[in-house]
Amino acid sequence: MNWTLMWDALPRLAAGVPVTVQLVLFAELAGVALATGMALMRLSGNPVADWIARSYVFVFRGTPLLVQIFLIYYGLGQFGGVRESVLWPVLREPYWCAILAMTLNTAAYGSEIIRGAIQAVPHGQIEAARACGMGRFLLFRRIIVPIAVRQALPAYGNEVILMIKASSLASTITLLEVTGIARRIIAQTFAVFEIFIVAGAIYLVLNFALAWAVRATERRLTPYARARV
Amino acid sequence: MKKVIAALAVGAAVALAFGGAEAKDWKKVRIGTEGAYAPWNVTDASGKLVGFEIDLGNDLCKRMKVQCEFVAQDWDGIIPALQQGKYDAIMSAMTITDERKQILDFTVPYGNDPSSLITDKKSPLASLAKTDILDIQTPAGKKAIDDLAKALAGKTVGVQTSTTQLAFLEKHLPKIAVRTYDKIDNAGIDLGAGRVDAVIGDRSVLEPIIKEDKGGNIVMFGPNLVRGVLGEGMGLGLRKQDADLKAMFDKAIAEATKDGTVSKLSKQHFGYDISIKK
Repeated sequence: MNWTLMWDALPRLAAGVPVTVQLVLFAELAGVALATGMALMRLSGNPVADWIARSYVFVFRGTPLLVQIFLIYYGLGQFGGVRESVLWPVLREPYWCAILAMTLNTAAYGSEIIRGAIQAVPHGQIEAARACGMGRFLLFRRIIVPIAVRQALPAYGNEVILMIKASSLASTITLLEVTGIARRIIAQTFAVFEIFIVAGAIYLVLNFALAWAVRATERRLTPYARARV
Repeated sequence: MKKVIAALAVGAAVALAFGGAEAKDWKKVRIGTEGAYAPWNVTDASGKLVGFEIDLGNDLCKRMKVQCEFVAQDWDGIIPALQQGKYDAIMSAMTITDERKQILDFTVPYGNDPSSLITDKKSPLASLAKTDILDIQTPAGKKAIDDLAKALAGKTVGVQTSTTQLAFLEKHLPKIAVRTYDKIDNAGIDLGAGRVDAVIGDRSVLEPIIKEDKGGNIVMFGPNLVRGVLGEGMGLGLRKQDADLKAMFDKAIAEATKDGTVSKLSKQHFGYDISIKK
């Protein structure tokens, strides 16, 4: 083990953290919105909307993220029509291709989490709200959403942690996030073991912080559960 | 040539020293190769490894009277896998450089291939004249690098990671934006898509990219460069402790170079001669 090498690599690898965090942050923000839309389509009772959402989840949950990244980055760029379209300035950049692929992927998992959480809202609560004379929208906003968010949070936290780790795949399309920088340093030093240990430790710290934040939010959202213990 | 003789002498001495005691060791030699670097080494449609190095490697093994087995290994991990003993030698168009010599032993080179550049024929870069093969340590080579730096200002260059060309860009063209790819083919795809303005690599692997480009849009331009950080040719990489294996390979390479086998295989796979002259 070459400790000096590991110590020297730390600031270089840490310089990749902003890119990793941005990838996950943007993908999750867009992903939650898309996932919510898909979950509502599943629950809408409209057979067409249901079928569209089902197919979407089937495709994006059923194929590897790496394949999705390659198809979006290398695949779409092969078509002249895509290269001349207004989307090309975005699709040209590996950064946006990675965010797009990660968004589509996480939204497929996320929509199932949200659907499950909404469906698990106790029926009695909904009936009670109706008995109080709440309309559909008020019922959704005041009763269903708060309960569903609480129920979805642990599973969604898991999904975000998975995305932080999956962001390492962005290095395969030339992005220099933590893993991309690690691979470049390894190319210069050949020290696979040392550099990947440092890179792994960086992911560990990121995920530790994230897990802590999820737990803190959970505690805040469920004060009644805490008081009873 | 002096180096070759010196290497042979050292090799012979080591062979004498170890030959008696450890002759049994090398009945079978496993050789690691990338299998994605046509025409040096490539995986064919049926998943078999083929190419110049596979043919040459088998020829060398026959001369060494050992049984050879080629193992495919991604370029990224090709040196670590040697050190972990997944195979005994690397034969994967690996350029002999000082950096790599710190952790590997190299055989004498069996070929040398200049670094060249490709671009889209509509790009202004395409007008930068092609040169003969230039040593980057000479005045002519230095001037070619200056011209290249001017032409590439503000452009993005694609390069394969862990290559001498990446080291070259970092050392001689530090101001140029670089994108690194795990496979040279992917850099070629991105050149076609217009994500990079040029790709730098070994001439022999850029030529198939030009040939396979159906639109005929990709052209070679600018200098052909060798030596310095670009290294002194391609050799087999070996673990430092396997001096006996190095001696065996050095002898076989010298023979194959001398009797024209390397030239013949080179012309067959590349269309030109990459063997080491003189």
